[in-house]
Amino acid sequence: MSPNSNYNTAGEATSSTGSLVLAWLVVGIPLAWGVSQTFIKALALFK
Amino acid sequence: MAEFSLLDRSRTIAPPGYNRWLVPPAALAIHLAIGQAYAFSVFNKPLGSLISGDPAAPAPTDWTPTQIGFTFSIAIVLLGLSAALFGKWLERVGPRKAMLASALCFGGGFLIASLGVSLHNIWLVYFGYGFVGGIGLGIGYISPVSTLIKWFPDRKGVATGMAIMGFGGGAMIGSPLAVALMNHFKASAPQGVAPTLICMGIIYFLFMQFGVWTIRVPADSWAPAGYVPNQEHSALITTANVSADNAIKTPQFWLLWVVLLTNVTAGIGVLETASPLIQDTFSDKAMGAGLGVTAAAAAGFVGLLSLFNLLGRFFWSSASDKLGRKVTYAIYFGLGILLYASIPTLGHNLQLTLYVVVACVIISMYGGGFATAPAYLSDLFGKYQVGAIHGRLLTAWSTAGVLGPLIVHVLHDSAKERGLAGAAAYQNVFYTMAGVLVVGLLADLAVTAVNEKYHEKGPVVVEAGGH
Repeated sequence: MSPNSNYNTAGEATSSTGSLVLAWLVVGIPLAWGVSQTFIKALALFK
Repeated sequence: MAEFSLLDRSRTIAPPGYNRWLVPPAALAIHLAIGQAYAFSVFNKPLGSLISGDPAAPAPTDWTPTQIGFTFSIAIVLLGLSAALFGKWLERVGPRKAMLASALCFGGGFLIASLGVSLHNIWLVYFGYGFVGGIGLGIGYISPVSTLIKWFPDRKGVATGMAIMGFGGGAMIGSPLAVALMNHFKASAPQGVAPTLICMGIIYFLFMQFGVWTIRVPADSWAPAGYVPNQEHSALITTANVSADNAIKTPQFWLLWVVLLTNVTAGIGVLETASPLIQDTFSDKAMGAGLGVTAAAAAGFVGLLSLFNLLGRFFWSSASDKLGRKVTYAIYFGLGILLYASIPTLGHNLQLTLYVVVACVIISMYGGGFATAPAYLSDLFGKYQVGAIHGRLLTAWSTAGVLGPLIVHVLHDSAKERGLAGAAAYQNVFYTMAGVLVVGLLADLAVTAVNEKYHEKGPVVVEAGGH
C-alpha cells in the first residue's frame, strides 16, 4: 500500500464530504435539468 | 516566475487525504460545456433566416443549410486534429493549463462567431465556432482523461465513462439553453442569435473555470488504499509504458483506430438520419391516417437517443472494468451487427416500440465506444502518455464524422432514385453499417498485447500525474 494512500482524519472527512456534495451539485444540477428537458421532449414519442 | 504559476502542474498536485471523487466533477464541468457542440443544429434555422427573419421563407442572401452545417464539420475535424496535435503538450503542462486553454478557445469561439453573425460574415463564424472553438473541443475532450485514469487505476472505465458521459449530456443542456436565450433576445437582434452566442461563450467559459480550478493530479507515489494492479485480464493490461510516438508505430493503435472509426461511423448513421428515418418508416401512409410518427414525436425519438447516448457512455464503460475492454467492444460489434441488421425488418413489420428499443441500445453502444476507448488505450499502452495517445486516436472520430454521413446520404439517395420509400429506402444503409461493424469486430479480435520492443526502458515520469 502506498504511503500517500487516502487516509482521512475526521475533520478532513467532514470537509471533504461537504466539498464533494458541492462539487457534484455544480455539475449535477445543470445535467439533471438537461436530462429532464430531453425526457419531456421524448415523451412526445409515446403520446 | 513560472514555478509560482497557479496553472503549473506542480500546483495541482493533490495533498494527502484528498478525496479522488472530487476529480470527476472537474472533468464533467469541461465535458458538459464542450458537449454543447452536439447541439449546434439548434442554430441552423435561426442562422438561415437572419436577413429574412422568417425560417420558412429565407431571403436569397441568407445562409444555406449546407453553409451553416459546414461550421459543425469544421469543429469536429478540428477536435480530432487538435486532440492529436496538443496531446503531448497536455501531458507536459498538466490538465489545469490545458483546461484553461480549452475554455479560452471554446468561449472565445462563441464570441468570434457572434461577431460573424452580427456582420453576416460566415467565414468569421467558421473561424470562431469551427476553428477556434474546435481547438477548444479537442483540448478540452482529452484534458481530464489521463488525470482520471491516474486517479482511478482500479476503475478506469467508471472514471472515464463519467467524464465522457458529460460530452453526451452537453447537448441536452446546450440545446434548451440556446432556445431560451434566443427567445429572450429575439426582440433586440435578428433571431436573437448574436447575443445568445455572446452569453453562451461567457456562461461556458465561467462554468469551465470550475473544472480548471478544482482539477487535481495525484502525487507520483499515490495509489488507492489497498490497490493491487489488476491481473484479471493480464494479457491485455500492461504494467509497462509506451510513448505516444511509439504507440502509433504499433498495430494495436491502428486496430483500435479502426475499432473507433467503425463504431462511430455506424452510430452516426443512425444519429444523422434519426428524425427523417422514423418519420419515413412509420409514416401515415404506412401506419394509417393519423397514426404515423409526427415531427414532434420524431424530435422525442432524437431526444431519447441522446439520453441513451449519455447513459451508454457510463454504463458500458463501467461494465468494461468487469468484462475487459476487448470483450466489451466485441459486444458492441457482435450485438450491434444483429441489431443493425434487424432494423429494416422491424421497420417493414411496423414494430415501432421494438424499433425504438433497438435504436436506443445501438446508440448506447455508440456512446460506450467513445467512453471505453481511453481505458482500452491505458490497458495496452500504460498511463505514461495515454492522453496524447487518446488525442491521436480521436482522428478516427473526425474521419467517421465525414464517412458516416457520406455512406448514409449516398445509399439513401440511391435508394430514392430507384423509387424506394419508407423503410425500404434505408434498408441498404443499415445492412452496410452492419458490414462496417464486422470490420470493427475483426479489428477488435485481432488486438493482442503490445510488443515489448515498444515499451519505455527504465522508469518514466508520468507527467500529468505530477512529480
